[in-house]
Amino acid sequence: MVTKKEIKQSFFIALWFMVLTFPIMVIKVNTIKHIILFRWENFVWVGVIGFFASLIWNYFLRLKEQKKKSDNGDDIPLVHRLLQNERVRIPFLAAIAVFFLAYPFVFPMYHTSIMISALVYVMLGLGLNIVVGLAGLLDLGYVAFYAVGAYAYALLNLHFGISFWIVLPVSAVLGFICGTLLGYPVLRLRGDYLAIVTLGFGEIIRIILENWDEFSNGPRGIPNVPAPSFFGYQFGQHGSVIYIYFIVIALVLLTIFFVSRLENSKIGRAWIALRDDEIACQAMGIDKFKTKLTAFALGATWASIAGVVFAAKTSFVNPMSFTIWESITILCVVVIGGMGSAIGVIAGALVLILLPEYLRAVSEYRMLVFGALQVIVMVFKPEGLIQSVRKKYKFEKLKD
Amino acid sequence: MKAIFKTVALALLTMAVFAVPSFAGDTIKIGIGGVISGDLAPYGISSVRGAEIAVEDINAKGGILGKQVELLIGDDVCKAEIAVNMAIKLVSDGAQMIVGHVCSSCTIAANKIYKDAGLIVVSPASTNDDLTLKGEHPNFFRTISYDGAQADLMTSFAKNTLKAKKVALLHDKGDYGKGQMDLARKYFEKLGGVEIVLFEGVTTGAVDFSAIVQKVKRSKADLTMWGGYHSDASKILSLLKKKRVKTTFFGGDGIYGSEFVALAGKYGEGVYATGPNDTSNNPLFKATTAKHQKKYNEDPGTFFMSAYAAVQSLAAAAEKAGSLDFDKMKAALISNKVETPLGKIGFDKRGDVIGAGFSVYQVSDGKYVQVN
Amino acid sequence: MFRSIEFINMRLLKIILGITAVGIPGFFGIKEIIADPVYFMELFLGGLTRGSIYALIALGYTMVYGIIQLINFAHGEIYMIGAMTALIVASVLGLWGWNSAVIAILAFVFAIVYSCAYGFTVEKIAYKPLRNAPRLSALISAIGMSLFLQNYVMLAQTPNFLPFESLIPDFEFWEPFAHIITAVEMTIIVTTVITMILLGILIKFTKIGKAMRATAQDKVMASLVGINVNNVISTTFVVGSATAAIGGVLIACHVGQINFFIGFLAGLKAFIAAVLGGIGSVPGAVLGSLVLGISESLFTGYFWSEYEDVFAFTILVIILIFRPSGILGKHEISKV
Repeated sequence: MVTKKEIKQSFFIALWFMVLTFPIMVIKVNTIKHIILFRWENFVWVGVIGFFASLIWNYFLRLKEQKKKSDNGDDIPLVHRLLQNERVRIPFLAAIAVFFLAYPFVFPMYHTSIMISALVYVMLGLGLNIVVGLAGLLDLGYVAFYAVGAYAYALLNLHFGISFWIVLPVSAVLGFICGTLLGYPVLRLRGDYLAIVTLGFGEIIRIILENWDEFSNGPRGIPNVPAPSFFGYQFGQHGSVIYIYFIVIALVLLTIFFVSRLENSKIGRAWIALRDDEIACQAMGIDKFKTKLTAFALGATWASIAGVVFAAKTSFVNPMSFTIWESITILCVVVIGGMGSAIGVIAGALVLILLPEYLRAVSEYRMLVFGALQVIVMVFKPEGLIQSVRKKYKFEKLKD
Repeated sequence: MKAIFKTVALALLTMAVFAVPSFAGDTIKIGIGGVISGDLAPYGISSVRGAEIAVEDINAKGGILGKQVELLIGDDVCKAEIAVNMAIKLVSDGAQMIVGHVCSSCTIAANKIYKDAGLIVVSPASTNDDLTLKGEHPNFFRTISYDGAQADLMTSFAKNTLKAKKVALLHDKGDYGKGQMDLARKYFEKLGGVEIVLFEGVTTGAVDFSAIVQKVKRSKADLTMWGGYHSDASKILSLLKKKRVKTTFFGGDGIYGSEFVALAGKYGEGVYATGPNDTSNNPLFKATTAKHQKKYNEDPGTFFMSAYAAVQSLAAAAEKAGSLDFDKMKAALISNKVETPLGKIGFDKRGDVIGAGFSVYQVSDGKYVQVN
Repeated sequence: MFRSIEFINMRLLKIILGITAVGIPGFFGIKEIIADPVYFMELFLGGLTRGSIYALIALGYTMVYGIIQLINFAHGEIYMIGAMTALIVASVLGLWGWNSAVIAILAFVFAIVYSCAYGFTVEKIAYKPLRNAPRLSALISAIGMSLFLQNYVMLAQTPNFLPFESLIPDFEFWEPFAHIITAVEMTIIVTTVITMILLGILIKFTKIGKAMRATAQDKVMASLVGINVNNVISTTFVVGSATAAIGGVLIACHVGQINFFIGFLAGLKAFIAAVLGGIGSVPGAVLGSLVLGISESLFTGYFWSEYEDVFAFTILVIILIFRPSGILGKHEISKV
């Protein structure tokens, strides 16, 4: 399985890494006190780990190559196969339903709480999936609309005492309007130019929230954002976490429903066509600008709704929550999950948001491991964890 | 039908595996929340280390109420939403007292959870006025003085001792820095006789601050006040000196400490800063510093001592109250005075610390020396 | 309905933006420059320095992008590692009591060598296996790499800021200039110009430069005419990393401190600058950086520094509306 040549290769790679990481891993300087520490044990560790890591890495890379060669592209992810199989489908869905319904009652509150965070990201991911995955517009400023929703609830509640349930639709409309307004001047740009301009808009919104004290209370944020009430009844802390959990579940189901309907609609197919080939798409008579703008605005709508839930759950909003990193995380959810695939995005959000929470076991190394995992997933599964399956129309002979 | 039954059973089984059974231990658990990753990590790490060493000391002496103390550490990355999750985790892991958080926004967001769970919170670092002055957080105490007290001291020192006429107020647009400068502006307006010629925020971590430095120069401010952390401060300061702007630099407790002096180097001479009262001659201070030195081979960070003191006061209050009951603990915290590295401290009814105020320091020969 | 608005948008938006973009700064500019020319000069030179700083990082971005159309998010981290290596080497040698000139040269050399090595390795691990994958996958891989490298340096070294003693002797100019520009700032501006010229020569006149241009145009075609595409891409990463290392050391000298997080923000700004100038174009990266640096500096000087970044992004949007491929970018003709 492992040839001599590979061992030799790994040996040299390990040596390379030992030299490469030498200054940073071995020497530790304290420029304040002028002390230098040589940590030779790290030198050995890097060598040993580098050797085995490279063996494993190369092995899996080879495996991937072989698979690519032998496969003829008919590789449908397990989940899709489960969903397509009539017999398994209903029990499978039922199991998931039971799991999510029982979840807050079985697990401690902490798990429910992080599950809410993850589900909010599912909504954000599904929204961004419309923009990036379906319409193929790289949007790095998605967090702006998330902020719009969160601040809409916090401010409307602060000044006018408007409740969660009224703000929810209002913010959806607001998100749609903001998406249209922001998308308007920039949608003519292509690819990465669009990405950087949307990034700019995201930052502009955050900076304004940070500096315009009279409007948003600046960096101090808005505390005491109330949790949603149940026909006027306000739950206690524990109750309201569970209540929000079910609200998010409902909203996620609604999102899944809408997105899957959109995907198969006329506009959805126009998005996919636009992503695949703009010019051919225009030649087919699809209004490019209008189609893009709709995708952008609909994506914004979902971010805005998710923002409202976020504000209600955290009970506190400040601009720190809406940095560029947040946009990047949402993008990672979409791409790692599997672009264009709703199930993939859901899996991506659950993995990406829950994983760092469970990685707390390795507390200090958490983000290190997280970054490495991102690279590994992308290298070995570049299409995402659960890749999207395009609709196929098979021509089968009728059996008589 | 069978298939459904099987899947349901399987689902329940997975849940049972995942669900962590919470067992009542015979230890007392103290939760500590703070920022221990990201760019503000040094602040949180210093407080975690303070708590850790305090817990070691307490355990060596037999623990609290005869029980050993265990520390639960949570990282909030200085983000409110993560702080809330963190707080819920600490509570459901069975934390009985809380030390933290570092960022005020996190403390405000997370305290809702702690308050509901009936836990006492002692923060080593959150200085936002609203936490104690508004009375919304009855379970909240802190071993560091609040921003208003500091702003009061800074402005009166600037006016009376430094005789400042024109002041430029700069901040890092953050929760802490901007809050401090907003208060400074308010107090200056109250004092009168001082003209605020500039009130500006800069982007933290930027590679170049020359434009704002030229602006300070043009404003002819004789005093530049800084609200924010030490890294940006030392960048701005060195540029001010390099561009020969004649202005005195004065900052809050964000720039007090050896890190700032080391970063600013020769440009640091003559800088004023407010900081916690100097207690470096206190035997406890020396002893804990030595312990930190031994364990980490470096000097303790910014919030090390206040976190140490926070754990100490919690332990002492629990001993005095004889139980961990909320009301008894609270009463004990307020009435008790504890010998800490910060001196003998207690708390007032609002939750603010008594006995650990602020003083003004000036850098001379690479060290902060008390001047007021 | 949309179509009609789009029509208005095309003309009207451009006219309005054009008038605002040229008119308001022009009006204010002339008034202010006459009122206080020294202040304007100071801000302008400050902006030039800032622009040069962005440019040193942007050059690497733009080269990598030009070849494989990848936003190399880890580029900022390469820059940080360059500065970190220089700091470590300089402190070790300083403690051994070496001559300061030797230290400065060795620190530079080590920083460049190590940055190149990191750039090379990062490309091999995180980007090469993804060469035929969707472009966004490579982007996410880059983000992961950036996170990894940041935390690697934080854990192996320290999360604290470390003071960075300037490697460049701090000589002073005569009085009218001394308070305007420092020795380090001068060095940064000069280095940027030299680096840009050298890169220009490399790309224009050498064999590898020719190969780079060919690869940038069409990878398959380039490999057909006998260019080793993998080698060309590796070379590009190495050269880009070298410029980042030079930038890292010089900027650390200028700022006087470093930590593991400096790469992110600087990288982001540099990337914006590269896009502004037309990503993929070397002179474009420098021009974009200078435009960004100077306009930020002037805006801070005359308006509010709080909204400095807002202004920078607004400039970006306005320029991209007029020239959708940046100032010097070539307009792509898309084919079916």
